[in-house]
Amino acid sequence: MDRYTQLVNTPVGKRVAKQVGLPKPVPLKRHVPGKPVIDGKVLVGGAPGGRLAGPIARVLAEIGADVATPLRPDLRAAAAEAGLDASPWTPKASVDHRYAALVFDATGIAESAQLEELHAFFGPTIRQVKACGRAIVLGTPPESARKPGERVAQRALEGFTRAMGKEIGRGATVQLIYVEPGAEDDIAGTLRFFLSPRSAFVSAQVVRVGAEGGKVPSDFDWEQPLAGKVALVTGASRGIGAAIAATLARDGAHVVGLDVPALEEDLKAVAAGIGGSALALDITAEDAPSAIASYLRREHRGVDVVVHNAGITRDRTLGRMDADRWNAVIAVNLSSIERITDALISGGSRAVLNEGGRIVCVSSISGIAGNAGQTNYATSKAGVIGIVDAYAPALAERGATINAVAPGFIETQMTAKVPLAIREAGRRMSSLSQGGLPVDVAEAIAWFASPASGGVNGNVVRVCGQSLLGA
Amino acid sequence: MTPAAPRRAVVLGGNRIPFARSDSAYKKASNQDMLTAALDGLVERFDLAGERLGDVVAGAVLKHSRDFNLTRECVLGSRLAAETPAYDIQQACGTGLEAAILVANKIALGQIEAGVAGGVDTTSDAPLALNEELRSILLDANRERSTQGRLKQLLRVRPQHLAPAIPRNEEPRTGLSMGEHQARTAAEWGITREAQDELTLRSHQNLAAAYERGFQDDLVSPYLGLERDQNLRPDSSLEKLAKLKPVFGGPDGTMTAGNSTPLSDGAAVALLASEEWAKERGLTPLATFVDAETAAVDYVNGREGLLMAPAYAVPRLLERNGLSLQDFDLYEIHEAFASQVLSTLAAWEDPVFCTQRLGRSEPLGAIDRSKLNVNGSSLAAGHPFAATGGRIVAALAKALHERGGGRGLISICAAGGQGVVAILEA
Repeated sequence: MDRYTQLVNTPVGKRVAKQVGLPKPVPLKRHVPGKPVIDGKVLVGGAPGGRLAGPIARVLAEIGADVATPLRPDLRAAAAEAGLDASPWTPKASVDHRYAALVFDATGIAESAQLEELHAFFGPTIRQVKACGRAIVLGTPPESARKPGERVAQRALEGFTRAMGKEIGRGATVQLIYVEPGAEDDIAGTLRFFLSPRSAFVSAQVVRVGAEGGKVPSDFDWEQPLAGKVALVTGASRGIGAAIAATLARDGAHVVGLDVPALEEDLKAVAAGIGGSALALDITAEDAPSAIASYLRREHRGVDVVVHNAGITRDRTLGRMDADRWNAVIAVNLSSIERITDALISGGSRAVLNEGGRIVCVSSISGIAGNAGQTNYATSKAGVIGIVDAYAPALAERGATINAVAPGFIETQMTAKVPLAIREAGRRMSSLSQGGLPVDVAEAIAWFASPASGGVNGNVVRVCGQSLLGA
Repeated sequence: MTPAAPRRAVVLGGNRIPFARSDSAYKKASNQDMLTAALDGLVERFDLAGERLGDVVAGAVLKHSRDFNLTRECVLGSRLAAETPAYDIQQACGTGLEAAILVANKIALGQIEAGVAGGVDTTSDAPLALNEELRSILLDANRERSTQGRLKQLLRVRPQHLAPAIPRNEEPRTGLSMGEHQARTAAEWGITREAQDELTLRSHQNLAAAYERGFQDDLVSPYLGLERDQNLRPDSSLEKLAKLKPVFGGPDGTMTAGNSTPLSDGAAVALLASEEWAKERGLTPLATFVDAETAAVDYVNGREGLLMAPAYAVPRLLERNGLSLQDFDLYEIHEAFASQVLSTLAAWEDPVFCTQRLGRSEPLGAIDRSKLNVNGSSLAAGHPFAATGGRIVAALAKALHERGGGRGLISICAAGGQGVVAILEA
């Protein structure tokens, strides 16, 4: 917790912040292994005619959630069938209730007039969401809509969730999950992630869950989703990379940490701490892709999860930027990812990337919104989104996925060096009014990496507390 | 020796005094006065003067400490044989029906041939208790051995100690009144003001019609100038009911003085017997007391509503008797509050409640509302707590007999999260 957040959460600080109108960041709840996915009542609503009441109820039953639903026969029947002892809910009933999450199935909304359902459900309840609560809208991807009216209405959901994210306050987050027709039963991993404290610093995001490969076996171990898997994490010696390595290890993976030889000491310490291995090499080197591929094949008979986290900044305004700065950033942040990815997926069924593999790239909000002094960096990070777009279809064919996280202001050694005024602006200019932690990025990556996320492909999810920068 | 197999217990009829509004017609009448009057009316009606019955079982919810043997005192004051045993029970608003269960069970087991079940309550002649501090001072003084010591204790008395402890209509474990509890349940089940007012209006209309056609003639005996229930408003209308302000659930509440039962005074008793006993006396059984069930819910933790116990008791009773909720010709669901009736019906139609809380495979379903409380219920008649069971048992038995047979369900909710339900058949 940064000092301002500490201060503003003292009794005096709270009063001053209120009177002066300062941002009021709430200390975010984060995941603690062994704790329930969500602590508190989950209110589940939906527009009539939706197709997700049953799947949502089943996920909530699996996580043992305390649920309430409106007294609509379809929602009640879905809850009953899932074995949920859901209390009935009416707008009048709940004046003194507080909800840990509001979940709304919007797939029944087939025309713009029906968007009123959002207002009817969230209007009376948005102020009853607990601190660090969750609001989740599930819709149909506009491109999968059957009729123009449905496409319009489903596209409209995005504006709603993004605006609600700016209103909800007190550390609560709002998301939109577009579920492709046919993917109804593949939402468990994604719904769990967004309900849980794992998604603490993710807000106002739009995620698509596709119909390919999201099946989870009934005995799936949600505490150790990566048990028996091998994960490669580049740039693992410090900061966000070290947090990613630790989080994937926590989830059961054997982590191969990679970093430049100059940081080999730090890298070995990280690897030793999590029972992983260390691979020191420069990813921009000519032979790096083949060295990585042969190492993974030799030592681990392949790799299941690849996290392209390594990245550098060489900031200068464009007019003053020399070619070295430009080229170094593009080489590390973009070209190396393409080359390594190519090396790991070539060879068809004998590729180093195992069947059901997961590739996760680290982009940045600079790549989405642009940032003065970072033309090189923004270019590389936007290019990373291009990599996700370019590789997703081919990877889908082999049951694999590629996605990216785009971190916003994250509290690291790198951001600690940013001048105070700019640092404070970076922290506060977001709906959550604070910086994220490396673990927040790591948790989002772990969600992408999970075998339960097979239907999640080609997504870019920002871990930025709904930063005001960018869309 | 093997005990005799259970036999039928039948309801022969009943008698009650009209129910009065609190602090009105019966403000000077004690529980003993009213119950004795109801009992004597029954004696008159069934020619029981000087008869020794097996048991008279009754009770009162609000009871003076001097009335520890209330029912026995009433028997001694009545024209029944002084050799008729009696005992008091108390199960809040379930008292009257629970009394009928006890009498019916003894009859069924052959332990008694005939008995009376009922109850009485007054909210006017209420038992005020001594101020708790004064009580403690007086007890301390009583424990002293010397006059000086007693005086020393009594000097502790201060003017504020003269304020009496008034009986409170609230649940000791939650501090909430029954109305506030039910307001939460009503809101949870989405029970609208309109639906409550409609049920209330029907109760008044049905009770008024029952009096008009003489249905109440052999069920009610005039008392202290009252011939009909004082709360009955034959000319009530939805418009009038809609004007009332909410009394529970805050300013946006849906529960008013109209669609909640008022505090009231009255007594009711029912006569139950074996078929043989009835035959010997040439009395016609109106209905058989088939079976009964009592349930309780844990309302303290807020997981279930205070007055939702009947919603659990009825399915258990149905299950045991191999019946569905729709297998009834008449339903008597005590109208403690219109919203209590409607919440119960809503729960029985709800798949979640029925599968998760009742453990059934499907909802009990809806009932035909035209069979519900056809001769009016507590919203119109009033509800002297312990008297309601006796009123309903006698009225339902008569209604079943009158229609030439059929099956009726009684459901009564009670304080403490309890519910008493029973089946009558004719």
